[in-house]
Amino acid sequence: MSEEKARSQAMRFGDLREIIDLLDAAYDAGIHVFMCTTHDRIGEICAHVRLHPERYSKLEFYPCMPYAHKYANAVTEHGMIDALKRFLPTEGAFSALVRGGVSVATRDVEGMARLLIDAEMKMFSGLRTPVIFLQNVVTDLLLGMGVKDAFRIFSDHVRERYNAEPGFITMNLPHLLDVLEEIGIPNPVVCANINKIGFRMCGGIKLYEEEIASRRFRPVAMSVLASGAISPREAIEYVCRQKEIQSIVFGASSKQHIREIKQHIEEFDSRTKNGVAPVTSMHEASVV
Amino acid sequence: MVNVGLIGLGKMGLSHLAIVNTHPAVKLIGVCDTASYLCSILNKYTGIEVYSNYRELLDHKSLDAVIIATPSRFHGEIVREALLRNLHVFCEKPFCLDVADGLELAELADRKGVVNQVGYHYRFVGSFNEAKRLLDAQALGRLHHVRVEAYGPVVLRPKGATWRAKGSEGGGCLYDYACHAIDIVNYLVGMPAAVSGTVLNRVFSRDVDDEVYATMHFSDGMTGMIAANWSDDSLRRMSTQVTLWGTNGRMIVDRQEVKTYIRPAAGSAVVAKEGWDVRYTTDFQNDVWYYLRGEEYSAQLDHFFRCITDGRRENISSFASATQTDRVVSAMLQNAGDAKRRVDAGITMPSQSRGRSGGFMSSVKGALR
Repeated sequence: MSEEKARSQAMRFGDLREIIDLLDAAYDAGIHVFMCTTHDRIGEICAHVRLHPERYSKLEFYPCMPYAHKYANAVTEHGMIDALKRFLPTEGAFSALVRGGVSVATRDVEGMARLLIDAEMKMFSGLRTPVIFLQNVVTDLLLGMGVKDAFRIFSDHVRERYNAEPGFITMNLPHLLDVLEEIGIPNPVVCANINKIGFRMCGGIKLYEEEIASRRFRPVAMSVLASGAISPREAIEYVCRQKEIQSIVFGASSKQHIREIKQHIEEFDSRTKNGVAPVTSMHEASVV
Repeated sequence: MVNVGLIGLGKMGLSHLAIVNTHPAVKLIGVCDTASYLCSILNKYTGIEVYSNYRELLDHKSLDAVIIATPSRFHGEIVREALLRNLHVFCEKPFCLDVADGLELAELADRKGVVNQVGYHYRFVGSFNEAKRLLDAQALGRLHHVRVEAYGPVVLRPKGATWRAKGSEGGGCLYDYACHAIDIVNYLVGMPAAVSGTVLNRVFSRDVDDEVYATMHFSDGMTGMIAANWSDDSLRRMSTQVTLWGTNGRMIVDRQEVKTYIRPAAGSAVVAKEGWDVRYTTDFQNDVWYYLRGEEYSAQLDHFFRCITDGRRENISSFASATQTDRVVSAMLQNAGDAKRRVDAGITMPSQSRGRSGGFMSSVKGALR
């Protein structure tokens, strides 16, 4: 997506009514899953959905957390410690971390992570969130650093507290699958770029295709249009040909676009009989 | 295998850590930061060896290279220590707050024959490299003006407790956003010979500039304008755009796309299309082994490591080139204090002529009637 296009989209989505109109269009086209970041604006959409339970009786949210720019900007402005303090609901866990020795600190990291997840999930209270995703900047930062336990902590908390499936968004699919297997998260939900031209598919398109065909995980395809480089029809045809793909995430930029993508998915999916579920997202670009 | 040490675990340090740690030709030997709680957590969860004193890490016998991502004011000292130990050095930007330091270290690195690089990652963005290819091939003809703009949301409130809020430590929009903007201009068209009209304004910060404006003058007569503002939250993240005008047309380049307007009569063989043409980042994409926030962050480190393993010396963002950027920054800082030309309030309407019939103003009014 060009910067200009992203800007004009940001302008349009500044208006809550516009977002809800698009959400309604997607919902009425039979797309009942809405993937979104935990940006403050999403809280307003959640409130709207809570107010109209009949209208959205089948609607499910796939939250992607955290909204990383919020944290990155806070770290730049306040430094690591003060930034964390600002996002934690209670002071206790954090002061223990800074005061305490190594053992106290490491024990409390897990508690702090749980508190941060809860803070992000607050806006979805009372709504259905069957899958909760860890956003790619965080997944890939932790993956690269080798903080493997983080995925287990996230996974356990999401299951125990929200009775939801943990999901992971990544730009480094093969690498992540290795690590999730190693730490014992079986058959994970993993959302990654999957597109015909191999755009941002680290390890290469061939390896991705092999992994999708052979490994046990539930792939969710995103960036299928590769920032607009592939035509919708061609893009969806390619993704539907990858037999194991369960869902396709696409940005809901206009009603026309939603209908078009949905139509392509129905057409190609009925040929391959995968049962691919479309998932719409208001800000695919910001999820990515 | 290249054995690497990493000093500084701030935002860039952590990002480098993740990328370095996954590089197939690199072994991360240890990391160093003065925040002991951060080091202990990192060690507990990753097993990476941690140090609180950078000299201890540098003295590690098997080290080949070091990545320095500390606050800017420490760069000079740590880079020097690393070079004296004959290590290859990757340093975050801006290189040195003191230009003399930078020049001396660039010279020392050269003498030592080590690979040296500074983290100006825009030089590794596909679209900017495509722009450079077109400019080198004279696609726009003779250039006469360049405009570079960098906007984004960093300081949005009158607060700020980190080193980025202190000018003496390398804080401020000039050392942060504007440095990237200056460096990409240096990369695309060469270093300006002079600057004028520098404005360093505060918007929210108490001690540093939040916006930077200046005019650049190049030795061949080309001029340029720079505008940088890190207090602009109309954008989600830093956004940098360069616009160039030449006798054959115009080019607009940012991280996502390269737009060209080539005059129909120009007859350029380089750009396929006359008139407007837009090409997207997907056309210039370079695959990387690991992706975090953008290909360019991986690509710049990969280039650094490849230079080491292949024994190459063609640094893309060397200490010497980063010092050119520091020199432009230094010129802007000095220029910002220069005298301004006052607008003479008396020229158009001298007080003694008021009320008199005839004269300049009444003839203007007459013409408007």
